[in-house]
Amino acid sequence: MSDVQTMRAWLLTDTPSSRRHAKLASLYKGWLTLRSNTMAMFGLAILVFLGLVALFAPLLAPYDWMAQDLGNRLQPLGAEGHLLGTDSLGRDILSRLIYGSRITLYIVALVALIAPIAGLLVGTVSGYAGGWVDVVLMRITDIFLAFPRLVLALAFVAALGAGIENAVLAISLTAWPPYARIARAETLTIRSSDYISAIRLQGAGPLRIIMKHIWPLCISSLIVRVTLDMAGIILAAAGLGFLGLGAQPPSPEWGAMIAEGRRFILDHWWVATMPGLAIFTVSLAFNLLGDGLRDVLDPKDGNQ
Amino acid sequence: MADAPVTTERRSTAPLFSWAKPIVFTLGSVAVTMLGLLFVTFIIGRVMPIDPVLAVLGERASQEAYDATYKAMGLDQPLLVQFFYYLTDVLRGDFGMSILNARPVSEDIARVFPATLELATIGIIIGVVLGVPLGVVAAVKRGSWIDQIARVVALVGYSMPIFWLGLMGLLVFYGILGWVGGPGRLDIFYEDIVPARTGMILVDSAIAGDWSVFRNAFSHIVLPASLLGYYSLAYISRMTRSFMLEQLSAEYVTTARVKGMSEWAVIWVHVFKNIRVQLITVIALSYANLLEGSVLTEIIFSWPGIGSYITTSLLSADMNAVLGGTVVVGLVFIVLNVFSDLLYRVFDPRSK
Repeated sequence: MSDVQTMRAWLLTDTPSSRRHAKLASLYKGWLTLRSNTMAMFGLAILVFLGLVALFAPLLAPYDWMAQDLGNRLQPLGAEGHLLGTDSLGRDILSRLIYGSRITLYIVALVALIAPIAGLLVGTVSGYAGGWVDVVLMRITDIFLAFPRLVLALAFVAALGAGIENAVLAISLTAWPPYARIARAETLTIRSSDYISAIRLQGAGPLRIIMKHIWPLCISSLIVRVTLDMAGIILAAAGLGFLGLGAQPPSPEWGAMIAEGRRFILDHWWVATMPGLAIFTVSLAFNLLGDGLRDVLDPKDGNQ
Repeated sequence: MADAPVTTERRSTAPLFSWAKPIVFTLGSVAVTMLGLLFVTFIIGRVMPIDPVLAVLGERASQEAYDATYKAMGLDQPLLVQFFYYLTDVLRGDFGMSILNARPVSEDIARVFPATLELATIGIIIGVVLGVPLGVVAAVKRGSWIDQIARVVALVGYSMPIFWLGLMGLLVFYGILGWVGGPGRLDIFYEDIVPARTGMILVDSAIAGDWSVFRNAFSHIVLPASLLGYYSLAYISRMTRSFMLEQLSAEYVTTARVKGMSEWAVIWVHVFKNIRVQLITVIALSYANLLEGSVLTEIIFSWPGIGSYITTSLLSADMNAVLGGTVVVGLVFIVLNVFSDLLYRVFDPRSK
């Protein structure tokens, strides 16, 4: 108990003794602010739960996600042995949802890696270099921003072929421009600050300045934006899956499951309803957490 | 003080061109953006795994016919030359032939676009009529139950898959309650009764004075339009709220209140006037988003608009149709964006 107390005191000190100490203390203070935001914690809890479900899917799922049982087609909610019923091939919907969480997390993780990194590269180079490099890169960014996102993703998937990886690529291609804008704006404010001049006078080259001194400062605003964008990414992926352009059957991707259930919507409503609720819950969780993170990491935009 | 005359001299020439410069600049950047849009669609069309020659001739074409068509389509030319041909075609409104029905893509698009326009327009009307007042009240009564409701409405709107909400709407309001018409634009008995003048059935039936068709069309459009309206409402109400909050903390509001002005007059006469331009920008943007966001809605409601057109063409690998549709949606998107940008520049005195 007293160990916890001293640990807390050490983290909350006003006079950090080392660089690592200061970093940990500011992280801890951020965490305290986030913890006081009930809705954000609620969102975080859902996401942790989702992560655990995806991790332990084989243990949690009552059935194999592909196991068909044509004698038990379209069983309603609460049917014996099938809590959420079965679909048109007699597959257990709960098991498919549990395995589907893996696909959702896979898509989100990939897009959340590709798009911000691409945006960070373009934005910092554009902002730091200035001149015609800036003009050209920002024009390209504008062109991608001017595209309607879903339609562009549709066209890309058409060119690349349907499938999860191509859906991820298509979504990333439409998602990077806002990150480039943010990174460029951050770079422009940082570039002219005194400490950058100091580093430059010490002989640091542009590569070192961008990678060691500009990127770390762009990270926090990018993280907020990524968290807020996650919901949109999930919805876009589900939309592509629903159109038959993302994950292909029999994959238990939630959007594709809704598309399958759509044919029976009037008589067997639960087949399409359950995966929809799953998508809604997860994107809601990301939105709640994103709002909370924005208040912690980016106080100037708070209270809006 | 000595340089004062110089300043006035500069000022006297400035107003002549100050309004034209941003417009010229904007138009220039629009041209570049459109060129980029066309280039991207062109590249997408070229990296497609579908052989454009075989798509025209069919699988069993002879080698001579293949070579002749290959040449005729300009595929032996360098990529930039091909792009130039593509550009001149598109500028003349020629998007090529649809492989599916052997009709010009531009004719197909002209046929399906009004359906999308009708849907999105009613959607944006719903979004504005409900969203703006909701945002204003949420800002004025910050922290009240109305503000909480506005927050939840927006949060749910940002988190709910639109195609799923549409399915649920069909299930409840069509399947169970029977309040609205089902998928499609009209019941089959009402089809082809009124002559198509604008392609928008509500307008056409009103012109023809056929109110039974009008009622039927309305019962079909009300659900998908409300759905789109809800999504724009979520965005518009949030933006309205944050614009209002920004203004409400300004000093002129305090002054107006101290003068003894009624709260109603302060809000609607003073504050609202100041957020009008920003609001128009937001509305134009969400209108553009609706035209695009209707893709999934159109699929759910079997609505024969441009979204359905692009998707069905996509599934049957009809690339000319897909790219033509993409270009048209992209152009509308750009034009609306520019329009809102220009409005902002022209009407907001601060930007001068």
